[in-house]
Amino acid sequence: MNNRLEIKLWLAHRLTGMALGLFVVIHLITMIIVIQGGLSAAEIMERTSSNILVALFYGLFVVAAAMHGSIGLRTVAQEVLNWKGPSLDLVLFIFFALLCVLGVIAIIGLVL
Amino acid sequence: MNKNRDKKEYWASFIQRWSGVVLALFLPVHFWVLSLALQGGDVLDGFLHWTDIPIVKFAEAGLVGLLAVHLLGGVRILVIEFFRWAEWQSHLVVVAGGGAFACGLLFLLRAF
Repeated sequence: MNNRLEIKLWLAHRLTGMALGLFVVIHLITMIIVIQGGLSAAEIMERTSSNILVALFYGLFVVAAAMHGSIGLRTVAQEVLNWKGPSLDLVLFIFFALLCVLGVIAIIGLVL
Repeated sequence: MNKNRDKKEYWASFIQRWSGVVLALFLPVHFWVLSLALQGGDVLDGFLHWTDIPIVKFAEAGLVGLLAVHLLGGVRILVIEFFRWAEWQSHLVVVAGGGAFACGLLFLLRAF
């Protein structure tokens, strides 16, 4: 096991967790406010369309969530499934990249 | 091990881990749904209409509760790891559980 890598991943998990703390509070408050009366595409697009601040916020949110989620799943896979080594790192790197791509596509759809 | 299961900290750790796994695996689906906006408002509306079904609203409230419990449980972990231990920190498990339940319930009440 590469200890330096493990320390870096632990730190990245904690730092992205701190950033996500702020992002998730904003996201939770927004969801609880907007859910009343149901959601519609027009209503969502009205708030997000051409809004560069929304794009920036959700861009950072997506990358932080992708990183935090992938590192968290890696830890669970190691401890629960006893799956370790390069194959696990590769699978979770692909998962991280997939989340980033899907997240950016979603932001493009909502903002542009 | 069985003795540990009598402690609320064991269940806090259990819920933190598995809520994280569920949320990480939900992310690709969430991003895919939002990216439907790229295919036009009608396509996204078609999906959003499906979310009006009561059982889906309950599932959404469950996800909001999981997100809130992972957030509050994460704050608890950061406080324990980065600050000197104090007795009040032992109550953060109850704060996380109660706060998450309140968030899920508030979302559900506003969704109907």
